[in-house]
Amino acid sequence: MPTLKINGIEVEVEKGMTVLEAARFLGIPIPTLCHEDALQPYGACRLCLVEVSNGRKTTLQASCCLPADDGLVVFTHSARVERARKLLLEMYVATCPSSKRIQDMASAMGLRECRYEAKHETCIQCGLCVRMCEQQMMAGAIGFSGRGVNRSVTRPFDMTSELCRQCGACLFICPVCESRCQGPQAESTLCNGCLNISTVCFQSYDNAMCFLEPCHACEIGGPFRADVGVKPRSKDLTHIVGK
Amino acid sequence: MPQVEMDKVEPLLEQYEDQRLNLIPILQDVQETYRYLPELVLRRISKKLRVPLTEVYQVATFYRCFSLVPRGKHVIQVCLGTACHVRGAPRVLDRILRDLKLPHAGTTEDLQFTVETVRCIGCCGLAPVARVDNTNTHPHLTQAKVGGLLKKYQEKAEAPKAAKPDEASHAKA
Ligand code: SF4
Ligand code: SF4
Ligand code: SF4
Ligand code: FES
Ligand code: FES
Repeated sequence: MPTLKINGIEVEVEKGMTVLEAARFLGIPIPTLCHEDALQPYGACRLCLVEVSNGRKTTLQASCCLPADDGLVVFTHSARVERARKLLLEMYVATCPSSKRIQDMASAMGLRECRYEAKHETCIQCGLCVRMCEQQMMAGAIGFSGRGVNRSVTRPFDMTSELCRQCGACLFICPVCESRCQGPQAESTLCNGCLNISTVCFQSYDNAMCFLEPCHACEIGGPFRADVGVKPRSKDLTHIVGK
Repeated sequence: MPQVEMDKVEPLLEQYEDQRLNLIPILQDVQETYRYLPELVLRRISKKLRVPLTEVYQVATFYRCFSLVPRGKHVIQVCLGTACHVRGAPRVLDRILRDLKLPHAGTTEDLQFTVETVRCIGCCGLAPVARVDNTNTHPHLTQAKVGGLLKKYQEKAEAPKAAKPDEASHAKA
């Protein structure tokens, strides 16, 4: 079984796993836009970049498509990775400012400005819908056509497809279809809306312990992010955060 | 849908094994036979090779050498790469389009010529160049030379007149 090092931690993984899976197995979160466990890796969004050193050189590689080989040394959150990821995300925000999944990710990753002009596209070409339709719904009703700037998701010959069962799986999986929250600044390119919400739970209850999936407000503005400035009242949180 | 002679397809498909790796060679043959990829033929290929139609369509729209609308008998590729551009390719292109009475790059009504623009065909020393039918490269073009160039192919093209298919039903959105 291959053994590799992720962020300094040795981990033994099963043969055939990818670096992304290995990192998730260790509990290290890597942001992704085009990855879905039930679908074949595609390597389109590049958000899952990690720094891989294979002896002398280190390179940035998409971890979702990278086999976890023996002896790899991987850094998932080095400065170089974070810089590259943030730049990518900034461009995704500018491409599809109305997407909730992209905005959430931007807030969670600490993106605080978007220097590009908003394009308001409806697709980031992640290929999730195409793969979903083909690999899980066994329909193959939609696919890409064209190339370069003309590439888009279509049905063959732009006709209503006789293969589509209208199951809605493509809409469900699309990272762009879900609209972002419509707060006071719904028109801005970058949302960051969650930063203005302070976590009620931590302000009302000392030592609150929440067993739910953290809500975005908590994840982004809550006690786990030092750089945000929303701090819980209680100083003693060691039982949650550890020391 | 113009009358596509489907009987031409079957002998063509016979030559290949029904494997997905034969998709591109088959499409190339179809493109050569019909000068475009008719929809019915693509559907037939998809069935025969057991490749989803979406994938056939994806390949057919990806490569420049394939076309979903009928192309002319002669394809004129005018190079607009950097070298050709600075040496006056846009003017040559203008002249070709004007002589063929085309508003922009495309196919003439009588289906004799298709004008395309390409980015560098790898012989910048001969700039500005145009290539006809993928084989004949015409170097050092000027507006004055365009007339002769077109004439050369027009004469050849005279004899067999292709029937004019109804283009509208094929127009790609
Ligand atoms: S308010 Fe928060 S959860 Fe809503 S879109 Fe903005 S960042 Fe995402
Ligand atoms: S709704 Fe149609 S196109 Fe979308 S996944 Fe289902 S079958 Fe495929
Ligand atoms: S439509 Fe949505 S799921 Fe499909 S490629 Fe575009 S962004 Fe991805
Ligand atoms: S998740 Fe790896 S490239 Fe998109
Ligand atoms: S630029 Fe025209 S051949 Fe290179």
